[in-house]
Amino acid sequence: MVISKKVQDMQPSGIRMFFDMVLGMREVISLGVGEPDFVTPWVIREAGIYALEEGFTSYTSNKGLYKLRLSISRYLKNRFSLDYDPDEEILITVGVSEGLDLALRALLNPNDKVIIPSPSYVSYGPLTELAGGVPIYIDTRKTNFKLTPEILEKNILKGTKAIIFNYPNNPTGVSYQKQELGELKKVILKHKIICISDEIYGDLTYDFEHTPFCVLPQAKPYTIYLNGFSKAYAMTGWRIGFACGPKEIISAMTKIHQYTIMCVSTSSQFAACEALFSAKKNVENMFKEYKRRREFLTRRLKEIGFDFVKPQGAFYIFASIKNTGFYSLDFAKRLLEEKKVAVVPGVAFGKNYDDYVRISYATNFENLKVALERMEEFVKRRCCLKM
Amino acid sequence: MDEILEILEENARISVEDIGRMLKRKPQEIEKKIKHYEKTGVILKYKTLINKELIKDDNFSVKALIEVNITPQKDVGFDKIAERIYSFPEVVSCYLVSGTYDLLLIVEGKDLHQVANFVAEKLAPLDKVKGTATHFLLKKYKEDGVILKHKEDNKRVAISY
Repeated sequence: MVISKKVQDMQPSGIRMFFDMVLGMREVISLGVGEPDFVTPWVIREAGIYALEEGFTSYTSNKGLYKLRLSISRYLKNRFSLDYDPDEEILITVGVSEGLDLALRALLNPNDKVIIPSPSYVSYGPLTELAGGVPIYIDTRKTNFKLTPEILEKNILKGTKAIIFNYPNNPTGVSYQKQELGELKKVILKHKIICISDEIYGDLTYDFEHTPFCVLPQAKPYTIYLNGFSKAYAMTGWRIGFACGPKEIISAMTKIHQYTIMCVSTSSQFAACEALFSAKKNVENMFKEYKRRREFLTRRLKEIGFDFVKPQGAFYIFASIKNTGFYSLDFAKRLLEEKKVAVVPGVAFGKNYDDYVRISYATNFENLKVALERMEEFVKRRCCLKM
Repeated sequence: MDEILEILEENARISVEDIGRMLKRKPQEIEKKIKHYEKTGVILKYKTLINKELIKDDNFSVKALIEVNITPQKDVGFDKIAERIYSFPEVVSCYLVSGTYDLLLIVEGKDLHQVANFVAEKLAPLDKVKGTATHFLLKKYKEDGVILKHKEDNKRVAISY
């Protein structure tokens, strides 16, 4: 076999076939999308076009355009009173995905353990394994999808190097207030593990101010802060994000980045500068729209009879389908075939979550409304939800 | 601006129940608020934005922007003469502007002749009107913040993590 043992051992995605089904069907209303339904604001697109027109078509420095790192540094200073040195503590990455991969590869020795609160974004486990680590999944169902200091403490075993912490969370939308983060931080600092903090949905926090993990007192030396432009600025296809962290970690990550990626697409970097500079109003408008949809969706799902934890951020609801009697893949397939509405089966986020589906509200209001009417018909016809 | 108004400005046909769900408030409360806005003239009217370029019927109409130079009057300035002008049904919009002319009108007519007649027979002869310049609209690209183009297909992949 030509394929490496490591890759052969990677879990094939069981729901790939379902995804193909969705892609092969026409006129589907999809509540299964993990990216904004908005197009990147024109000011940002225009800046990308301008960069091309002006002939900015060569590499930038490995770490990324200095101007962009400086803008990020200033933005973090103004917004959160955070101090990250644009020279040594910020790296521009190909989205948070690359930042996460670099962080794991820079930190892990073979068989180091990495804690992953679950359900989690699909890449955390496989990336940990590719970097030679061992994922330790912590199920958070019993605590309303929240990691608590007690559960965390119990799961930090010998050889634990890091935790991948994602809030607001994909797929649950659950997030944490400053005080809750403070309690978790105590445990993390006590055991001196690194917190790889994926805060890509941070700007989409609806009920309270988002607190970056690194803002907490003494947390900064133990935190790799990952963020990007994909969600809040609707820039998924530009593939641009950033990592902030202690000098030695960022320098180690840069070492890998310079050989694998070299630098992030130059026009994307120029566009991202503009995003920080002039897209505040656009981001606010999108934020408001998501917030309204969240209220609408939670209200409607409750009316239909679904059980869920009300999300505080991102654009997902992780709803229980336990009372329908279907497993998640079955539920999703039937809903697709009968009502042409797509949701992501919970099992995609771990085998424990076969009683859930992820419903995304990154779709326009009219579609959302129709999709929910169809879901209501489906649930009433196929099964009865017990309240 | 009140979020209710923001929502209605985007979609005037949305139900009070749906607005209530979005804003976590009772539909009756929303209804009351909207009634209040209607009564106080904050909400003037509910209109439909129609892309007339796509309608091929006899009621074809032309629009023109008309710059009007005016001699202001004692005490009332431009208001009196503006009223005389905007009262003509052909005048769809009327603005007082700074710069080289005073009033900017948007005038609509059945065809070129009708607009030209309006200018020649109604507008230009007015006592206080010193001069006019008429610009016929050739093509509309964007109106009231809406780009007048066919909705394009969604470019996102239909499902992703």
